[in-house]
Amino acid sequence: MNSHYGIYGGQYIAETLMPTLIELEKQYLIAREDPVFLREMHELLADYVGRESPLYRADRLTRHCGGATIYLKREDLNHTGAHKINNTIGQALLARRMGKTRLIAETGAGMHGVATATVAALFGMSCDVFMGAVDVKRQSVNVERMETLGARVIPVTTGSATLKDAMNEAIRNWVATAAGTFYVIGTVAGPHPYPAMVREFQSVIGRESRRQILAKTGKLPAEVIACVGGGSNAMGMFAGFLDDRNVKLTGVEAAGRGIASGLHAASINGGRVGVLHGCKTYLLQTDDGQVVEAYSVSAGLDYPGVGPEHSFFADSGKVNYTAIDDDEAIAAFDLLSHLEGIIPALESSHAVAEALRAAPRYTRDEAIIVCLSGRGDKDMESVRKYKESKNK
Amino acid sequence: MKDRLKNTFETCRRENRPALVIYHTIGCPTLEASERDIDRLIEAGADIIELGVPFSDPMADGPVIQNAGQIALRNGATLKKILSLAGRLRERHPETPFILFSYYNVLFNHGVNLLAEELPRLGIDGVLAVDLPLEERAELAPVAQSGVAIIPLLSPATPPERAKQVISGCGGFVYYITVCGVTGARKELPPELPARLDAMRKLSAPLPVAAGFGIASPEAAAQLAPHADALVIGSAVTGPIAAGEPEKAFELVAATAKLLRRA
Repeated sequence: MNSHYGIYGGQYIAETLMPTLIELEKQYLIAREDPVFLREMHELLADYVGRESPLYRADRLTRHCGGATIYLKREDLNHTGAHKINNTIGQALLARRMGKTRLIAETGAGMHGVATATVAALFGMSCDVFMGAVDVKRQSVNVERMETLGARVIPVTTGSATLKDAMNEAIRNWVATAAGTFYVIGTVAGPHPYPAMVREFQSVIGRESRRQILAKTGKLPAEVIACVGGGSNAMGMFAGFLDDRNVKLTGVEAAGRGIASGLHAASINGGRVGVLHGCKTYLLQTDDGQVVEAYSVSAGLDYPGVGPEHSFFADSGKVNYTAIDDDEAIAAFDLLSHLEGIIPALESSHAVAEALRAAPRYTRDEAIIVCLSGRGDKDMESVRKYKESKNK
Repeated sequence: MKDRLKNTFETCRRENRPALVIYHTIGCPTLEASERDIDRLIEAGADIIELGVPFSDPMADGPVIQNAGQIALRNGATLKKILSLAGRLRERHPETPFILFSYYNVLFNHGVNLLAEELPRLGIDGVLAVDLPLEERAELAPVAQSGVAIIPLLSPATPPERAKQVISGCGGFVYYITVCGVTGARKELPPELPARLDAMRKLSAPLPVAAGFGIASPEAAAQLAPHADALVIGSAVTGPIAAGEPEKAFELVAATAKLLRRA
């Protein structure tokens, strides 16, 4: 299996973990060909997660924009409220096959932590979730959800006490416990084989979307839009359309308070190539190679790196990467809530905002698919605080 | 180029003792203090110095070295400044081998080709990139070609077949991680460690084997002395230096050096 995407990806990790990664790749390659594994995964995705998720034609939003017909891929309707569970189901099944009895995960906004805690409960495994102390505070509801599910949430106070530090701490724990522990990475980053594996588990989003849009409209969409933090929902969505030359693929990074301000999470649009958490990719960093904290109103996009395959797609032009700032994302959050009765996650709101920009470039008989990667219930507090700070 | 590493290991072998390797996070608490502290560490009996380059995301380090790195970064340590510090140290310590100990991103940002030119000129004898396993080691090929040793890491998790591949083409010495985990002082080392080190030395010969991670006292060092060509002390020295009590670090090094000479 190829471990690099051009110059990106790879396995930049301590020797102590290399034998674990080699074994993981081997077992994953066997599992993905095993009909028993695949059947169980598909059953769980159908009956437990609730797939397939609808592809919903958002008529009022479409009329509002005046252009392309906008479809929403409703990953927010999945069990636990986001696309994250597509991946944790796959990784937990693999963990069980490999005889692991404990799952660990990093989480930022808490959605991946909840999705991991959920499958740990489902499979009767113990679960420790590493979460930056700052995030523990700002996402307290998700902390309670994880604990209710039986997981232990370990606040990480080192470094900037956010997602990147949670991932550092998860890796440190994993180095010492790899014999019985499976590290469930939540995005298409980390050392090989994680980016490839997570993409494959999330590719169900793109496969379904392609089939659904063909069934509904008889043709492929003009454009497909997804938000990019680490980039797992985007990679899963794009995976369905990579061979379709006429479908424009757009990844949306978080511009935070504007890329020029330095307060953003746009690794591709505002970063440089570097190495973090096991892979080479675009990274927010100082001139001296120190990784800097990302910023976005959306905690789930708040990561200084990005999946290495996205970096590759950015260089090759396969995917177009734009950036949406906090204000636009919040406006899109409100608009979708008001027009369609759907409260999107702040992460997904970035993709919705990009669709608002893009739609007028097309005609009504052309379609845009937006990956609505999660629901916004978790973001009520963040949105309220954001608006309060704006009104001051 | 002078083969300081080879000379040091030969001297130690003649004296029937392992070399004492001391890790120091450069810039903790300040660059000026580090420069003075390294003089003192060498004076106290350090045979080889690992120049620790601080990194924002030290995934392989425990709390002590993480903390030291944060202090160093807050106080303005950069690889450029560390390299010029190394150059000054080299003038004062012509025989002591220096190993640049870093996470790869900092080296990558600085530029590997630039390092290949600078490191031999500054008298740096080896590079150890914690997160650059065999699979990615080609990244440092220009540095290796410049004559600087690329120090390979092995761990208890490394199977023997892989260990042979890892060692092949490397120079200087083999850094054997004593425990699966992060850096940090440990009260007890695994009981099977001496036997593992013996096996590792057979496998790596003629490359010497340094044992590191968890060695925290002169006694622990003396216990491992018959089984390794070098012993690394990191966190146990870094802790007191970060806490503003460098004398304790110098005493630990002096006591260890003394015990190793007697053992």
